[in-house]
Amino acid sequence: MSISGEGVFLQMNQARNMLEVRSINSFYGKAHVLRDLSFEAPTGEVIALLGRNGAGKSTTMKSVMQIVRTQSGDVFFKGQSITKLLPHKIAKLGLGYVPEDRRIFTDLTVIENLIVGQQPERIDAVKWTQEMLFDLFPNLAERRNNRGKALSGGEQQMLTIARTLMGNPSFLLLDEPSEGVAPIIVEQMAKVITQLKSEGLTILLSEQNLHFAQLVADRVVIIESGKQKFYGTLQEMNERPEIRNAYLAA
Amino acid sequence: MEFFIAQILTGLANASSLFLVACGLSLIFGVTRIVNFAHGSLYMIGAYTGYTLMQVLPGAIGFWAAIILAGLVVGIVGVLIEILVLRPVYRAPELFQLVATFGVILVIQDLALMIWGPQDLLGPRAPGLRGVVRILGEPIPKYDIALLIITPIIALALWYLMTQTRMGVLVRAATQDREMVGALGVNQAWLFTGVFALGSALAGLGGALQLPKGGADLLMDFNILAPVFVVVVIGGMGSLPGAYLAAIIISVLNVFGVTYLPQSTLVLMFVVMIVVLMIRPYGLFGREEVAGEHGQVGEPERPIKPASSVMRGIVVVLLIGFVFLPLGGSSYSLVFVTDMLIFCLFAASLHFLLGTGGLVSFGHAAYFGGGAYIAALLITYSETPMEIAFVLAPFGAGLTALAIGWVCLRLTGVYFAMLTLAFAQLVWSLVFQWGSVTGGDDGLVNIWPAEWLKPTVTYFYFVLILSVAGILLLRHVQHSPFGFALRAARDSHRQAEATGINTRQIQLIAFGFAGFMGGLAGAMFVFSKGSVFPNELEIARSFDALIVVFLGGVKTLAGGVVGAGFFKGLEETLLRFEYWRLLMGLLIIFIVIAAPEGIVGSLRKGAERIGLRRVENQ
Amino acid sequence: MTSVLETKHLTKSFGAIMAVDDVSFGLKKGELLALIGPNGAGKSTCFNMLMGQITETSGEVFLEGQKINGLLPRQIWRKGVGRTFQITSTYSSMTVIENVQMALLSHHNEILRIFSYATLKYREEAMALLEMVNMADQADRHCAVLAYGDLKRIELAIALAHDPSVLLMDEPTAGMAPKERVELMQLTAKIVEDRDVSVLFTEHDMDVVFANAHRIMVLNRGRLIAEGNSEDIRNNSLVQDVYLGGGSVFANEPSAKHA
Repeated sequence: MSISGEGVFLQMNQARNMLEVRSINSFYGKAHVLRDLSFEAPTGEVIALLGRNGAGKSTTMKSVMQIVRTQSGDVFFKGQSITKLLPHKIAKLGLGYVPEDRRIFTDLTVIENLIVGQQPERIDAVKWTQEMLFDLFPNLAERRNNRGKALSGGEQQMLTIARTLMGNPSFLLLDEPSEGVAPIIVEQMAKVITQLKSEGLTILLSEQNLHFAQLVADRVVIIESGKQKFYGTLQEMNERPEIRNAYLAA
Repeated sequence: MEFFIAQILTGLANASSLFLVACGLSLIFGVTRIVNFAHGSLYMIGAYTGYTLMQVLPGAIGFWAAIILAGLVVGIVGVLIEILVLRPVYRAPELFQLVATFGVILVIQDLALMIWGPQDLLGPRAPGLRGVVRILGEPIPKYDIALLIITPIIALALWYLMTQTRMGVLVRAATQDREMVGALGVNQAWLFTGVFALGSALAGLGGALQLPKGGADLLMDFNILAPVFVVVVIGGMGSLPGAYLAAIIISVLNVFGVTYLPQSTLVLMFVVMIVVLMIRPYGLFGREEVAGEHGQVGEPERPIKPASSVMRGIVVVLLIGFVFLPLGGSSYSLVFVTDMLIFCLFAASLHFLLGTGGLVSFGHAAYFGGGAYIAALLITYSETPMEIAFVLAPFGAGLTALAIGWVCLRLTGVYFAMLTLAFAQLVWSLVFQWGSVTGGDDGLVNIWPAEWLKPTVTYFYFVLILSVAGILLLRHVQHSPFGFALRAARDSHRQAEATGINTRQIQLIAFGFAGFMGGLAGAMFVFSKGSVFPNELEIARSFDALIVVFLGGVKTLAGGVVGAGFFKGLEETLLRFEYWRLLMGLLIIFIVIAAPEGIVGSLRKGAERIGLRRVENQ
Repeated sequence: MTSVLETKHLTKSFGAIMAVDDVSFGLKKGELLALIGPNGAGKSTCFNMLMGQITETSGEVFLEGQKINGLLPRQIWRKGVGRTFQITSTYSSMTVIENVQMALLSHHNEILRIFSYATLKYREEAMALLEMVNMADQADRHCAVLAYGDLKRIELAIALAHDPSVLLMDEPTAGMAPKERVELMQLTAKIVEDRDVSVLFTEHDMDVVFANAHRIMVLNRGRLIAEGNSEDIRNNSLVQDVYLGGGSVFANEPSAKHA
């Protein structure tokens, strides 16, 4: 697994870090969920966000998208601060958000779901078409005219990813893609992520399944109670069993 | 047979406006999750604007241009409402936004009165379509034929827009999960505004199109609401074909009703609705409503606790004030406080359903007016002693509530709410149309209390004791195992059922209990006024109670009571102005925007902020 | 040993689709039985039939020899079947202990009472249940502000309030971190032992399943395709093909011992 981060688009005059999160604070009502959280996502890498449930992984994703407004701190995407923007503006910049719980539009067909995600072409990212996505997710191709609610959990999970890819993002936020799907589908998901990375996408992935994270991640952020506890490469984490024991494994 | 077909054609033509207004309502609800009560007002503006434009624009082209322009004008009005009133409150708890639309109704009523005056306007006939055509020998107005052609065209255009265009796909997606649509790069704000404009324009078009068959008057905003809700409920929320079919069923039925059962035209449509819902609970083409799964706003409700000593102190001081009021106050102020206390109990009974039970009843006036009418009917027809009539009234209202609740509780969410409104309208129509018994519009008069209660002061104490006892009882029940079970059914229906709680039974009892309390308030009301009229059963009366509960604050019983007191006081102050509705409407909108937690909720927040009250531990 | 919960030829079809197809199995006393399979294999349908959420097309369900299919969820609960949900369901406007008190009030048939105060009822019993799931120290906190893992444990306390003989857990560790998963399953195993409860659970985390289940059943396209202990299932090629895959996303050692 490459840790170098030499994606195909690196030469295109980009900052080394696609995303920089600098001491953000986020609240849910009165609950202080993220506390001075900082990390970076180098261009072309897969960064896994690990931590127990309620640690703030999903909130981190939503804070980057400003679905949860950050109260302080800053988020830079390709060097531009995005904390003042609304979610749809952020999406238009090329951040693709794939939510947890497979929030597909169940009353819409597979194709209609893809249409919702559709955005104009971007010079610095792959231009996805429906056919390309059906190649990537062959299961969806057979079901293109089925309504979302007729899909199985695994297919729905793939559709959420495909739908977001229709926006031609250069950065993908994947919130717990392996949750509640069969091991065999998780393996497929790992292949897809690796392929997306080879296409040049930078990916931030929140995950509970350590085995899965081991398969795809270049770099790891561990958070606990909304605070960053570890940031480094996968290898660095694996070399420090005390980190794993403290925050992740049993 | 010929006559039969002619009747059907007339019904189909009449369906046109109903369909357009219902479509707009359900479109707006789908995306914004707001039941736009002001939709009837938009329909009314459409009619008035169309009327004015038809006076100005000449000929057949002018006539049709006026209709289209009326739609556009109302679309723009809709945009203004959306941007000025609704945008600031999208982040408020879901139902609170309803109150803003109540405010809009009041504002539009007075604006229409200012611009077009109080007299009813008779719609001009369509140039070139004045005569009739004979179909199978029966005369059919030419304009009806035109409507028969126009409506399916509009319906098809809408269907195309919703299913075949990206805009339509986005609207349908937003109906399900608007936050997600935003995260995928779609500007939600403009999608909302666009949908609101389209829905409003449809209502305006509906208003203008019916001009040659009717006209424009100041009551049409409320008059269209009940049929529109019925159509939406029968057709199924969010379904275009459903709305079309339901509008046709209701209109055709209405035409036959006028011919064969002229005394029960209004009741007929509710009977149809009940029959349809018995067979298909979510309407002909509807799906089960799963509302608010994502993008829900507002803080979770807090656990309830016994009142603090400060709170108890305030209540005691207030009560002592009331007890000594007859010593200092004028008889006018006694009558006013009596009214207020009755209204407080009425609001508290609705709060019990709405706040504790999570059961949003849009038709609570049925039990208030119901209680009043039951007492009045007993006095008028059977010379029942006042004391017995007074005791029977709340029981009667409670039984009515049980019957209505039994049907309504088959549904949930907005379907439930709309159904309660439709039933309240059914009760109203029964009273209104059954003039020989109920006196119809003239009401029932000479309903006075027993001798010993006649003096104003005595009746004041009577009301004081019963209202306070009623409110305390409602509060106590909240804290009892039953009250907890009711909240459990509201918080998690699934968990409650899975742990042995018969949620429907619990909710039905709560519905009956709230109806009983509403009926008690109604009985106190009728004997304090000496008469009762159908307007005590009107939608507007139900809305009063809803406004009060929401403005006061849904989360605490105190909210409902404080809201009622505040509202009565405000009404008393504003009634002396000519355009009091305008002022009231603007004030309501202001409060909704400024205090999204309701008056009590916002006071509580304020107290927490400055440290008077301890913040819940995290 | 006789079965506490037993299904015979349980079948559910939605139109032409057989969601659950002739499924027969028994849950033995004191057993931790796992039901696994691909998404859409019929696990949830099967579960919902056991709980009375949906009606079967044909077949029967027996609880301690007594037929329970056709009953409503709340009636099945009264017969002694508890359940937890895949997505937690608690009463968010109440405190932790009130959530448990609610279940106790229901168990004692006191939910229609209006003359007593709910919070004063069965407090000690509720506290004992909370102690069992290690939530006693948070008894008076507001449910809405708790962490997900804590809500899962409250749900467990609620499910045990009426001292059930069978506990059905739908993806009990979904949405939890690995560490919490192990803790919750250890707690469940302890409850099985202490309270003589039999547990049937569905799960996607194979680490949890292989480490804790006494027996595993695999469902695919509505049919039971395999049954056995961890070893059997892990090495079953059919199960590997339809569900487990190459085994790269769960622990590979045959019996992962969790400390």
